[in-house]
Amino acid sequence: MNKPILNVKNLTMNFGGLKALDDVTIRLEKGQIAALIGPNGAGKTTFFNCITGIYEPTTGEVLITPPGKNTQSLRRLKPNYVTERGIARTFQNIRLFHGMTVLENVLIGRHCRLSSGIIKAMLQPPSQKNEEKQAVFDSYEILEKIGLAKYVNDMAVNLPYGAQRRLEIARALATDPFLLLLDEPAAGMNPQETKELDDLILWLRDNEDVSILLIEHDMKLVMSLSDWIHVVDYGKKIAEGTAADIKANPEVIKAYLGEESEDA
Amino acid sequence: MPIKNHIKQSLIIAFWFMILTFPIMVIKVNAIQQTIDFRWANFLWVGIFTFFASMIWNYFLRRNEEQKKTDIADDIPLVHRLLQNDRFRRPFLGLLAAFFIAYPFVFPMYHTSIMISALVYVMLGLGLNIVVGLAGLLDLGYVAFYAVGAYAYALLNLHFGLSFWVVLPMSALLGTLFGVLLGYPVLRLRGDYLAIVTLGFGEIIRIVLENWDDFSNGPRGISDIPAPTFFGHHFGQHDAMIYMYFIVIALVLMTIFFVNRLENSKIGRAWIALRDDEIACQAMGIDKFKTKLTAFALGATWAAMGGVVFAAKTSFINPMSFTIWESITILCVVVIGGMGSAIGVIAGALVLILLPEYLRAVAEYRMLVFGALQVIVMVFKPDGLIKSVRKVYTFNVQEKAIHEQTHT
Ligand SMILES: Nc1ncnc2c1ncn2[C@@H]1O[C@H](COP(=O)(O)OP(=O)(O)OP(=O)(O)O)[C@@H](O)[C@H]1O
Ligand SMILES: [Mg+2]
Repeated sequence: MNKPILNVKNLTMNFGGLKALDDVTIRLEKGQIAALIGPNGAGKTTFFNCITGIYEPTTGEVLITPPGKNTQSLRRLKPNYVTERGIARTFQNIRLFHGMTVLENVLIGRHCRLSSGIIKAMLQPPSQKNEEKQAVFDSYEILEKIGLAKYVNDMAVNLPYGAQRRLEIARALATDPFLLLLDEPAAGMNPQETKELDDLILWLRDNEDVSILLIEHDMKLVMSLSDWIHVVDYGKKIAEGTAADIKANPEVIKAYLGEESEDA
Repeated sequence: MPIKNHIKQSLIIAFWFMILTFPIMVIKVNAIQQTIDFRWANFLWVGIFTFFASMIWNYFLRRNEEQKKTDIADDIPLVHRLLQNDRFRRPFLGLLAAFFIAYPFVFPMYHTSIMISALVYVMLGLGLNIVVGLAGLLDLGYVAFYAVGAYAYALLNLHFGLSFWVVLPMSALLGTLFGVLLGYPVLRLRGDYLAIVTLGFGEIIRIVLENWDDFSNGPRGISDIPAPTFFGHHFGQHDAMIYMYFIVIALVLMTIFFVNRLENSKIGRAWIALRDDEIACQAMGIDKFKTKLTAFALGATWAAMGGVVFAAKTSFINPMSFTIWESITILCVVVIGGMGSAIGVIAGALVLILLPEYLRAVAEYRMLVFGALQVIVMVFKPDGLIKSVRKVYTFNVQEKAIHEQTHT
């Protein structure tokens, strides 16, 4: 059996007295689209932050096995090194670089794959020029794939909301990840945009060789996309399984409908 | 309805100003005859003047708001449009070049001297623009690196007889080194905290220079700093000034050249990303600390070079030239000119440094007028005189069309 590309073991995150994550274990196989769901404040975003190095988990271990590489631990790695190892993410509250154009936002994603330093930037030898040209070309290609090419020179903030969410994905994709973490990619989208997002995520998995873990509240999207679903509530993992399993799971229904449903 | 409100508001402001300026504008104490004159006419004039000034102010403010609504962020400053247009670019740059080359020969030495000062501020502004405008690090101690450069030249020349041309590159390296040394401990802080700590560092350097007598000659400063030579040739006073002028022009051109390249490179983009959103920036694989440190150190590099030029130009330096006000002036150059916009910073430096000199005509009101102008710029042009415009990339449209066809 192949090793899971992401293996999170017994992750716990305390904020003072609050246990935002309590002993969460999640595995992700290569090529999988998995979803992480749970009520508001369940700890989903915190889980992403722990993996990507924005928070340092109180206890627990995060192991990755990038395709064709050895298993390694992400313990105590700064966010930029996590990204360098092939995990890219988007943000629940859009965090684009508003002083930059759409293309430049994607170019930032390429940053960690470029080698020229300051001296080269000032002197611009052919190697730097070629690298820069290639980076612009690659970024443009990504924009075409994601369907944002027509906005290429617009300022990122001037994009419609749905396009901004897609740009976040484009930017993450530019870092050459093997695993994409999407934090509520459909939030604020209309049904048409959500449908397009659904197609895009499937297309990414099939053509870009990335596995995907997404947080989402839109159950229709989650159920149609996900090969595997993990459910957390109050920081604890309460269930995992296929869409059918999860729909039928009484614990999950209880978590979503609240405690009263027990008596009702 | 709104116009009624504006009149009411202006009336209140006028009344308030009348009371506020009452002691100075109306009351006049005649110390000799021991009488007090009440100049009621002035009282009226202040009221009328303030009322109309307020109405005009309101009018422009409203027009500004309306304009903002109609074209969101699509207005490209005139200078950029000129530079982007192939037909205008060459004549425009040609005229500019002709003006700056002819300048020292057409105008008297006094004007050349002022222009040199302004051009040094262009250098300093472009350097600080990297730190504040691009990387978003509020550095209030920038003058420290300026002092490092100036003292480096003064002392190395005094003790070892090193010439301007030897010290210039050395001071650039020294500036970088100081940038890294000072940046290392303080760049973990951000926002206001960074501003306060850098302010402290700037003052520390000045105080050290003031009190370490054996090293820096204390408050008495260092005099007789030689002007640069031309392959060993010494110029007379007038020619030396013109020579200095062209050296500064060359340095400014070099600065523009490198800063422009940096801005549109991997590192420049990382600075802007860092300024816009630190967390997203890190999540995109950018090393936050390293990126901040490079911005800080590069900014310091240019400050130090500016310092060498300053010392060579004035031939006398003492710690009083490097107070916090100097940092604030350079910061004003960046903010008023346009954060992150090289052309804006150049315009800002020229306006901010040249204007007070030519405003000497209005003598004691000079600083008042100057301050008012700054406020006006900030209210009506919050992005600065000439705001930054990002690079536009072009793609082969045909190629793109083929892509699109195969896609659908
Ligand atoms: N930096 C922090 N400091 C203190 N508490 C935090 C911090 N970050 C998150 N929390 C808390 O941890 C809990 C989980 O938050 P989290 O943002 O992970 O929820 P979520 O599942 O993403 O919710 P949502 O669906 O609303 O996005 C919340 O109670 C939140 O208040
Ligand atoms: Mg969340």
